[in-house]
Amino acid sequence: MRILSNGWNMTLAAVLLIAGTMPARAASEADFKAAYAAAEAAEKEASALHNQWTTTEATLAAAKKSASAGNFDAALAAAKEAEALAKASIFQATSEKERWKNAVIR
Amino acid sequence: MRVRLQSGLAALALAIFIQTASAADTPDPAADAKAFRDYFVKKFPKVKLEDFVNGPYSLNEDMRRQWEEKEQFPPYEFALEAGKEMFATPFRNGKTYADCFPNGGIGIRQNYPYFDEKEGKVVTLELALNRCREANGEAPYSYVKDEMASLTAYMAFTSRGKPMDIKVPNDPRALAAYENGKRYFYTRRGQLNFSCASCHVQSPGERIRAETLAPALGIMNALPIYRSEWSGMGTTSRRLVTCNSQTRAVPLDTQSDEYRDLEYFLSYMSNGLPISGPGARP
Repeated sequence: MRILSNGWNMTLAAVLLIAGTMPARAASEADFKAAYAAAEAAEKEASALHNQWTTTEATLAAAKKSASAGNFDAALAAAKEAEALAKASIFQATSEKERWKNAVIR
Repeated sequence: MRVRLQSGLAALALAIFIQTASAADTPDPAADAKAFRDYFVKKFPKVKLEDFVNGPYSLNEDMRRQWEEKEQFPPYEFALEAGKEMFATPFRNGKTYADCFPNGGIGIRQNYPYFDEKEGKVVTLELALNRCREANGEAPYSYVKDEMASLTAYMAFTSRGKPMDIKVPNDPRALAAYENGKRYFYTRRGQLNFSCASCHVQSPGERIRAETLAPALGIMNALPIYRSEWSGMGTTSRRLVTCNSQTRAVPLDTQSDEYRDLEYFLSYMSNGLPISGPGARP
């Protein structure tokens, strides 16, 4: 069964094509601030678990540096990366909470 | 009748399960230490037990020959001399380090870290030295720099050959500290997802970049160490901080509870092996 008619398919393709070729909106300071706050919150959680990564810290610093230079595209990208790293470190700490016992020499 | 029997059996099975689970979770340092030692002895059957304190030199003949030559004029000698002098030099109040330690601080390194029942925490030699300084009106030394390394080098030297003798008293707080150290040792951390055990249990003798990894058994006995990589001496604190950074984990504060407990656990694992510090490593 066809889900969409040919007309619908063409319209959808056209929309996607336009979206793909339109220049992305440049990141604003507000975009950066929101992303940075989210990254900082995640890193704070990692800190509470005593499981921060040096790479998260470095990426947060890079985000701030780019923002200070007015490069909010780079700052936003770095803040998002820092949040992902912080979340990965939280996942690591949580999953290791019991898993370490499997590695004990017996 | 049948129902009562079944529920009786279920209760019995549950009781056995709970008992087994709690027995498995109860810290048993002596059993851990035996299993730890057996693991390394089995993994490296040609290495004499007391030789594990020599780290990578016990596992690699070429490195051992180089080390034996280096020991003719050991790179830690300056630190040792400095430590001896510092140890004997009175504080401004006229007292010395000897006044803070049993046996005047000579030949006691093998008893550190110990569990302080008053404080309810583990006390390392580095911490005890700084507490001694502060009690006598002196500023504490950095835990990762030369002065502390020199002092501990001298104290280790006076204990050379003495078997490591760490006690875990039958005190729930001591057992909890021991267990916390064990947890830290086996827990993976950092972006590289390494635990201390990843290198020093699973891979001793293997190379990580240019370095040959040391076995965890006896690893504390050689500290402090002169490392060519550092172009200088390093304390136990420096060693732990560096290990964490190398796995891309943010190091904890030196002498944090976790590091103190880790040192406690690892030192206990090496009970009976001789103190060989100060050591030298590539």
